[in-house]
Amino acid sequence: MPSHHNKGEPLLMMTIQKYVRPASLEEAYTLNQVRANRLVGGMVWMKMSNRAVNTAIDLSGLGLDTIEENDREFRIGAMVTLRQLEQHPGFNAYTRGAAAASVQDIVGVQFRNLATVGGSIFSRFGFSDLLTFFLSLDCRVELYKAGTVSLEEFAKAQPDRDILVRLVVKKIPGRFSYSAMRIARTDFPVLTCAVSRVGDEYRAVIGARPGRAMVVRDEEGLLAGGITPESAAAFGKYAARVVPTGSNSRGSAAYRTRLVSTLTRRGLEQLGRMK
Amino acid sequence: MELNFTLNGKPVAAQIAPDTLLIDLVRSLGCASVKRGCDTANCGLCTLFLDDKPVLSCSLLAARVEGRTVTTLEGLQEEAAEFVGFIADQGADQCGFCNPGFVMNTIALLRENPDPTDDEIRAFLAGNLCRCSGYEGQLRGIRAFLDSRKK
Amino acid sequence: MEQKNLKVVGHSYRKKDALQLLLGKPLYVQDLAPAGALVVKLLRSPHPHALVEEVNKTAALKVPGVVGIYTWEDVPKTRFAIAGQTYPEPSPYDRLILDRHIRFSGDPVAIVAAEDEKAANKALKLIKVKYQVLEPVLDYRTAKDNPVLVHPEEDWFPPCQVGGDNKRNLVASETDSHGDVDKVMADCDIVIEHTYHTKAVQQAMMETFRTYTDLDRYGRLHVVSSTQIVFHVRRILSRALGIPKSRIRVEKPRIGGGFGAKQTAVSEVYPAFVTLKTGRPAQIIYTREECQIAGSPRHEMEIRVKLGASKDGKIRALDLYTLSNTGAYGEHGPTTVGLSGHKSIPLYTGSLEAHRFSYDVVYTNLQAAGAYRGYGATQGIFALESAVNELAERLGMDPTRLRDQNMVREGMVMDAYYGETANACALDRCMEHCRQIFDWENRYPVRDLGDGRVRCAGVAMAMQGSCISNLDVGSATVKLGEDGTYNLIIGAADMGTGCDTILAQMVAECMDCSLEEVSVFGADTDVSPYDSGSYASSTTYITGKAVEKACAKLKEELCQMAGEMLDCDPALMVFEGKQVRNTADGRTVSLQDIAYKAQLFSTHSAMATATHTSPVSPPPYMVGMVEIELDKRTGSVKVLDYMAVVDCGIPVNPALARVQTEGGLVQGIGMALTEDVTYNAQGRPIENSFMQYKVPTRLDMGKLRVEFEHSCEPTGPFGAKSIGEIVINTPSPALAHAIYRATGVWHRELPITPEKILMSMPEEE
Repeated sequence: MPSHHNKGEPLLMMTIQKYVRPASLEEAYTLNQVRANRLVGGMVWMKMSNRAVNTAIDLSGLGLDTIEENDREFRIGAMVTLRQLEQHPGFNAYTRGAAAASVQDIVGVQFRNLATVGGSIFSRFGFSDLLTFFLSLDCRVELYKAGTVSLEEFAKAQPDRDILVRLVVKKIPGRFSYSAMRIARTDFPVLTCAVSRVGDEYRAVIGARPGRAMVVRDEEGLLAGGITPESAAAFGKYAARVVPTGSNSRGSAAYRTRLVSTLTRRGLEQLGRMK
Repeated sequence: MELNFTLNGKPVAAQIAPDTLLIDLVRSLGCASVKRGCDTANCGLCTLFLDDKPVLSCSLLAARVEGRTVTTLEGLQEEAAEFVGFIADQGADQCGFCNPGFVMNTIALLRENPDPTDDEIRAFLAGNLCRCSGYEGQLRGIRAFLDSRKK
Repeated sequence: MEQKNLKVVGHSYRKKDALQLLLGKPLYVQDLAPAGALVVKLLRSPHPHALVEEVNKTAALKVPGVVGIYTWEDVPKTRFAIAGQTYPEPSPYDRLILDRHIRFSGDPVAIVAAEDEKAANKALKLIKVKYQVLEPVLDYRTAKDNPVLVHPEEDWFPPCQVGGDNKRNLVASETDSHGDVDKVMADCDIVIEHTYHTKAVQQAMMETFRTYTDLDRYGRLHVVSSTQIVFHVRRILSRALGIPKSRIRVEKPRIGGGFGAKQTAVSEVYPAFVTLKTGRPAQIIYTREECQIAGSPRHEMEIRVKLGASKDGKIRALDLYTLSNTGAYGEHGPTTVGLSGHKSIPLYTGSLEAHRFSYDVVYTNLQAAGAYRGYGATQGIFALESAVNELAERLGMDPTRLRDQNMVREGMVMDAYYGETANACALDRCMEHCRQIFDWENRYPVRDLGDGRVRCAGVAMAMQGSCISNLDVGSATVKLGEDGTYNLIIGAADMGTGCDTILAQMVAECMDCSLEEVSVFGADTDVSPYDSGSYASSTTYITGKAVEKACAKLKEELCQMAGEMLDCDPALMVFEGKQVRNTADGRTVSLQDIAYKAQLFSTHSAMATATHTSPVSPPPYMVGMVEIELDKRTGSVKVLDYMAVVDCGIPVNPALARVQTEGGLVQGIGMALTEDVTYNAQGRPIENSFMQYKVPTRLDMGKLRVEFEHSCEPTGPFGAKSIGEIVINTPSPALAHAIYRATGVWHRELPITPEKILMSMPEEE
């Protein structure tokens, strides 16, 4: 794991015996079945994992670096960078800028020019702004072997040896907001919170709990009457009740739980103000 | 393994290990402006352009630049010279160790957005740490350059 | 009082090296190290306290490219200190190059020298060490008289008597007082007593510690290091390696930031040892992680402040006790602690009737501390200024007005500052000026923006010194070239601060020439005149004065030479910049002609060297005010505006003085809000990278505004005092104050994180 979980252990960089840029997904998949081999996405996290890699499998030659948009959906290739996501006019118009908001505090432009959507989502890091954000959308994951699964289902599963090819986001009319609490602006988040209404469904997605992002739905119908200051506050408290939090170097469970309530409520209020 | 790419406008053929990082390769090829300030992709000192996009060369496998174009500050002396005097006028160069990465990313910013606001400058350069200047002098310098262009 | 008509001093100029730096030229240690230099790496102990029982290097030595692996058995047995201080050092001699006794998690066990980095790293993994693990002392509050000793060795040696005792884990201890503190305190209407805690924060200069070494053309050890202290490094290496100083030459190229970190010889000894062993060039480049876990950070301190005042806000008595944690080795331990009292208490000279300051400095099995900008004053000022702000809030007084009636003012004798007189002090004007530009009256009140967000402000004052009085030595050589331009040769170290440039400005001012006509060289122990080095805010004040004196001597020499050339009384000659003129008959000799004459059948050299030292260390002063927006529902603090007004005497180069200030403010903001140091069970800092240790980005510091209030220091060059360190001292107390204003809670431990803020307030319903 990257060193955000670091407890003061020495940082050691990975070593690689062989570098391959496969010409097809099949070739990449086959190589990836060997345990000592590793897929290379943006590399930004991977190089900090202390491991000896036999073959580094670079997916950069497979044309997975584009965002395709049609009337129904966005198809976001695994090798699309966070910076591409941040700057894509169509995707940001649909998400009302929440896409950009979800990545703009991640380190810096140079970092976001390297880090990939696929790398971030596939790793299912607890701190992932991106996982939090995409879970607030109607989003499916296209895997090379396993086919298409919902992102929510994918997020719950353990990483395996399959290859994430792209994300597919349905253009269901909705409202989206994104916020995160950070101690310093470009640090890992203490808590992430994406709030959305996709079609008729409200979702609050809480990440960096510090566990993986999870979706909270309006099981108790607190928002059935729409977003009011009272209903938003009630849902915020509900989220704080149902979202399990833990402690790490960025914050304690108790602190995170208080943030869940505030960020969720504010996210809803932001949705309420959207035209 | 053998690597072929373009460095500062010139074709280069180099022998590299599969885990050679781009920063180490370009330094070994004489591009000393590319500095290492951390090992965790946080400081921006190693910024160079890969096909005209600013990236962190400490986090990029050299193998990945096969057939592509890499540009360091050594290759952008004239473009940099247009505005670095304004940073110097502020005294914001200070120790200088972060300067090449900062200058590279400023070039990237100005190519993408020739007339940025102060907040846009801060946001674009957020990944460039500087421990000496407190950043304000860097901003004043860029602002003075932009103002001079409008005259 | 102000000095008028200065042509070069007092004006802003680009740093002489600015364009070279901005265009990325190869000017630093790693850029200059010879190709083929051995890569030196250190195997570091995972244990905080242990004895090395056995090092098996068999497998590691077989790695192709590994040239040598050295352990405690291979190194000299003379203890030394790596603190860059004037001999005899106050820091104890408590180190060996490699010691069998491991004292912190990160202490080196073995030195590996290899042809390349890969081989060195591979060897590090293959060295097998058997440790006898010992119980560590990780809590500095229990270190004194703890049965576990960090330095039990019999050859522990303190070159100066500073109250230390290694058999008590004590590096230094002292009490100093003036007046009857207990009596005045008992008579006070109000007593504020609290304990404040600051962490072992990191300088985090962008260029990590690094050094390369080789043998020069005479077979001497040639050391090129990123250091603030070339002469001290030579002395330290001589003792550590057991070779004569005459066999060592130390120089510094450009330095990628220091902030005091490089006032300690952290990395030099290792490649030097390898070069002596192998005869080959060697280099060590610390990783950022090594810099974070085995560097030379600020001393963690706990400071108890007892402040007695009258109900109308007169601060009558101050009683400070500082407990300082020096970590595993004593570098700068006995000295940093002194500043926590000596450079905080005198701020209140205006009203103070009595004070006491006492301290203990203890060893622990944690990373050794060192020198970081502010050098103890930062810690003391956080504590004292917080207590003063608390007094103001308790009395319901405007904290700036409260300070008006208590602060030190020009002409006062500072009992708490070695009895020095504040000959140049514009602190009162700094306060007034800052109040005005900040619009204090309107921004101090708490303003509610809704949904838990409030805006409010905080304030603090600060002081520092301008050198180490009765101790620091600075020198300068100025020589005339045959084209009428000058070389300035110094032993002070420009680490980005711009001292090469400001000292050249002084030459230009004295010699009535342009700045371009002065070339600077520094620093090299073979070439430079002796200088203690660049620390203690001393370069402008001490070396600057040496420059002034050297120029005066040179002018005298030139007049002498011109007099001889014109065959007349040198007393008639006057120096006029481009020429020397005979005041009696108007005849002149150009500088070029004098310089050429010095090269032809001459016993004169057109060159002068002067040395300066000072019995006083005039404090610079400043006031900082900050406005924040605090979110009471997340605890987040946004710094909106930081305004500071500084009295550094006369700023020699206002642009550089401004950037010094801005840089110090942002470091101070980081220390106050985001830069934390916490330890794992082995006492190793968890914040071991820039991923964990959060120095402020340009999105974290708000807007800065810096102004100057001039004073004219009679003992300084052109009225100058210092600026380098003081500027880091106000953010912590000012921010703690503003956070109190927003929340009603005083935070007395740094950094003040959003979690600490939120969790200190009750949950809203």
